Amino acid sequence: MDITGSTTGQLLDAMQNGTVSAVEVTQAYLNEISAHGETVGAFLSVDSEGSLTQAAEVDRKRSSGESLGKLAGLPVAVKDNICTKGLATTCASRMLENFVPPYDAHVTTQLQNADAIIIGKANLDEFAMGSSTENSALQVTRNPWNIDHAPGGSSGGSAAAVGARLASMGIGSDTGGSIRQPASFCGVVGMKPTYGRVSRYGLVAFASSLDQIGPFATDVTGTARLLESIAGYDVRDSTSVDRPVPGYSATVEQPLENLRVGVVSEFFGEGIDSDVDASIRAAIDVYRSLGAEVSEVSLPHTRYAVATYYLIACSEASSNLARYDGVHYGRRAEQFENMIDMYAASRAEGFGAEVKRRIMLGVFALSEGYSDQYYLKGLKVRRLIRNDFDAAFENVDVLAGPTCPTPAFKIGELVDDPLQMYLSDICTISANLAGIPGVSVPAGFSSNGLPIGLQLLAGPFEEEKLLRAARMFERETVWHTKRPSFS
Amino acid sequence: MEFTPIIGLEVHVQLLTKSKLFCGCPNLFNPDNPNVQTCPVCIGLPGSLPVMNQEALRLSQKTAMALNLNLANFTKWDRKQYYYPDLPKAYQISQFDLPFSYDGWVEVTLPSSGETTKVRLIRAHLEEDAGKNMHDESGRGGDSKVDLNRTGTPLLEIVSEPDIRSAEEARVFLEELRLLLRYIEVSDCNMQEGSMRCDANVNLHVHEDGEKIPTPIVEVKNLNSFRGVEAAIEHEIKRQIKAWETDRKRIGDVPKETRGWDADRGQTFGQRGKEDAADYRYFPDPDLVPVTTTDEQFDAIRATLCVFPADRRNSYVSDLGLSDYDASVIVDQGREYADYFDEVTSVCGDGKQAANWLTQDVQRELNDRKIEIAEFSILASVLGTVLQKIVKGEITIKSGRAVFTELLAQSDDGSDVTANSVDTIIADKGLGKVQDTGKIDIAIQAVIGNERNAKAVEDVRGGKQQAVGPLIGQVMRELKGADAGSVRQMIIDKLTS
Ligand SMILES: [Zn+2]
Repeated sequence: MDITGSTTGQLLDAMQNGTVSAVEVTQAYLNEISAHGETVGAFLSVDSEGSLTQAAEVDRKRSSGESLGKLAGLPVAVKDNICTKGLATTCASRMLENFVPPYDAHVTTQLQNADAIIIGKANLDEFAMGSSTENSALQVTRNPWNIDHAPGGSSGGSAAAVGARLASMGIGSDTGGSIRQPASFCGVVGMKPTYGRVSRYGLVAFASSLDQIGPFATDVTGTARLLESIAGYDVRDSTSVDRPVPGYSATVEQPLENLRVGVVSEFFGEGIDSDVDASIRAAIDVYRSLGAEVSEVSLPHTRYAVATYYLIACSEASSNLARYDGVHYGRRAEQFENMIDMYAASRAEGFGAEVKRRIMLGVFALSEGYSDQYYLKGLKVRRLIRNDFDAAFENVDVLAGPTCPTPAFKIGELVDDPLQMYLSDICTISANLAGIPGVSVPAGFSSNGLPIGLQLLAGPFEEEKLLRAARMFERETVWHTKRPSFS
Repeated sequence: MEFTPIIGLEVHVQLLTKSKLFCGCPNLFNPDNPNVQTCPVCIGLPGSLPVMNQEALRLSQKTAMALNLNLANFTKWDRKQYYYPDLPKAYQISQFDLPFSYDGWVEVTLPSSGETTKVRLIRAHLEEDAGKNMHDESGRGGDSKVDLNRTGTPLLEIVSEPDIRSAEEARVFLEELRLLLRYIEVSDCNMQEGSMRCDANVNLHVHEDGEKIPTPIVEVKNLNSFRGVEAAIEHEIKRQIKAWETDRKRIGDVPKETRGWDADRGQTFGQRGKEDAADYRYFPDPDLVPVTTTDEQFDAIRATLCVFPADRRNSYVSDLGLSDYDASVIVDQGREYADYFDEVTSVCGDGKQAANWLTQDVQRELNDRKIEIAEFSILASVLGTVLQKIVKGEITIKSGRAVFTELLAQSDDGSDVTANSVDTIIADKGLGKVQDTGKIDIAIQAVIGNERNAKAVEDVRGGKQQAVGPLIGQVMRELKGADAGSVRQMIIDKLTS
């Protein structure tokens, strides 16, 4: 069978009925990584030995009739800002290049409990700050659909790994679109759950009030399956929410009756690519054809979202990243005069330009005399953005629009234009500010063959509804079955 | 010149919780084994997250109740940001604009004048402690080291209004605070071990030509003994008087100065503090959720409070008839001491008797043995039994002392002494008061009949009552345990009727 061309469901069935073993599945993905891994550059580290050992353990459990987790034998690429005990967790930064965590993130433990195979650690923008993975200090990641293009970011490594079929599933983190935008660029499904749905314990913080871990897969069902395995309350994360996790994969095939779809007019504004515009309008027609009630919806505060996001995210980042000072762990400069100089030199060497830019912005926004007009005002606007969504969800079940105004841009195209790069997050950022779930589903291709993503958003903890709505579209379309040609 | 010292204190107190404020590491003073009480959370490893220790908040709220502070139903956590090697996250989780308590007071009585004043408190908030930097003190310039055992232990910061007017008052305020916090068992307030630390803000109001001129405020940091607090403030007042006389600088003319205290030289000295023009960039900690406490929860905490020292002193004076001095002596020894006193009093039924014994006999033994009341081998119930017998007139005070001495001797030999031991000792040693008047009568007859006493007997008969003394003594020697008062009366009756 074509192992790496299979969905998670097909692989689980095949392993269940003995067509293939978990070791064969893992080996097949390791072979793909050997063949295309360097071209794509999705992984910062590949744990061949460890993953084959885990796979053998799954096979042993299966043959001895022991119970197996829901993801038994499925190789998963984990973003390298999620702690894995004994495996380097670098955040794609010189600062943590040699950092090996002494503990597992909650999500890592959940994956292990589900018998998933952690095949490697995926590249990202340094400390998850970016929209193209070009800010990785360690490696370039390329879009599997066209290696001259960026995979998106910051979870570009995980998205590219799944898009290139180098892993069956991926784990990313989404602070302003960092799962959905690369999913859109790489032609896979990617989801940001409700804030608090997945524990952040062990996720190296970028912006604590916005960060949320979420799944990637080649289809909606795989995404649902991965989400139900990693979601849930964790006492170690005070912001995780104690409410039951529905069996998303069990209900995902059930279409929603009388679905009401809101089309966000602000997401079709200036700067939207015509191919993207056409694909998303076609996607909305698919919902119409399924009998959904489609209406236009306005989120009037959307135009403040990018500015608000950068104030809040950078403020929190400036504080979260202060601990990397060369004293206790991580990079310490070799040459320094005194204590203050040691801090300055270590941080100057350890951080890349984008991280420094955001730290400086955040330090400024929190400074005495400025925090009222920047950080605290940002929190107020954030509330208004959330109110927009609350009002919208009184009349519709899901909101629809493009995940990103454009398909994947070329590597290097926007690196000197941070503002333009920030604007590529315009459709995704509001969901983080409002704390609501969102998913990106493959919805077509541009004229030059790059994937386009449809973004669906729902109210807090409406992941089940969101996944079922996404699956309704997916079932009617073929976009998710397409694979990049080199594989 | 005429001036008034203006003093405000910032007191940091470590709380007696089992674990740290935001992780499960033990909260123990352990300077000899650095970096063993640590985990990813308190050493700030990437990806770790804090979780609030409910017990720490509960103890803080209990403290606030004892300090007459108002309690907030809603409170939150903020990050105070600065770089220092003993602060692994480069921020301290603290409370900025919405502390859990505000506006309180502590009443203090000055020993020198007997005057009672109220020191108002601005607020008390909860925060995590930093670790400890250890520098090479050999002078050879070795590496500095960091011990993170203390990092993240719960620390209560109590800030007073600048209501204190003398170094003595500052010391007494601090002593009263320690006493109170120990009574309610929230902290051991050990200044040597750093579980109680104090910074003092000091300046002067100079009175000149009907004008009140405030001088620049100086913060004296890290005072680590009660004597140190008093001495440092006294020194600082004198230094500031001199400074005023030479440079006449007023508040606002220079930035707030931070000074340290050199206990050996008895001087404060200028310091470059990390807070020089510091901007801590406070903002709400996004890793923690705000905390809500209901009035019912406050009531439940209030129900666990004991009687506070000040109330206890008052009740000893008004209910038991103790002197102010004795009441203070007992209360100021701490809650265990006062509890011991209360039990002795309740068993023997006489507070004054109990106070006499505690402040004299018991205290002498504690001093000799260099022990605390908790380690004293005679339990309060046992001492109470001895005193009860005195109060009831079953034994004399002198016999009581003999019983006390014997109880100590027996417990020193390793026996447990109980209320039963008291009866046994009295019986064995014949210390019971002789109530048998027949026996006393015979003894009196013998003494009166003795030739040696003929002169005394004549004197008593002649009305010289003071001559009866030697006669009583002889009877008492004959009859251990007789009551001197009754013997005296019986002799006089016999000789003058
Ligand atoms: Zn700890």
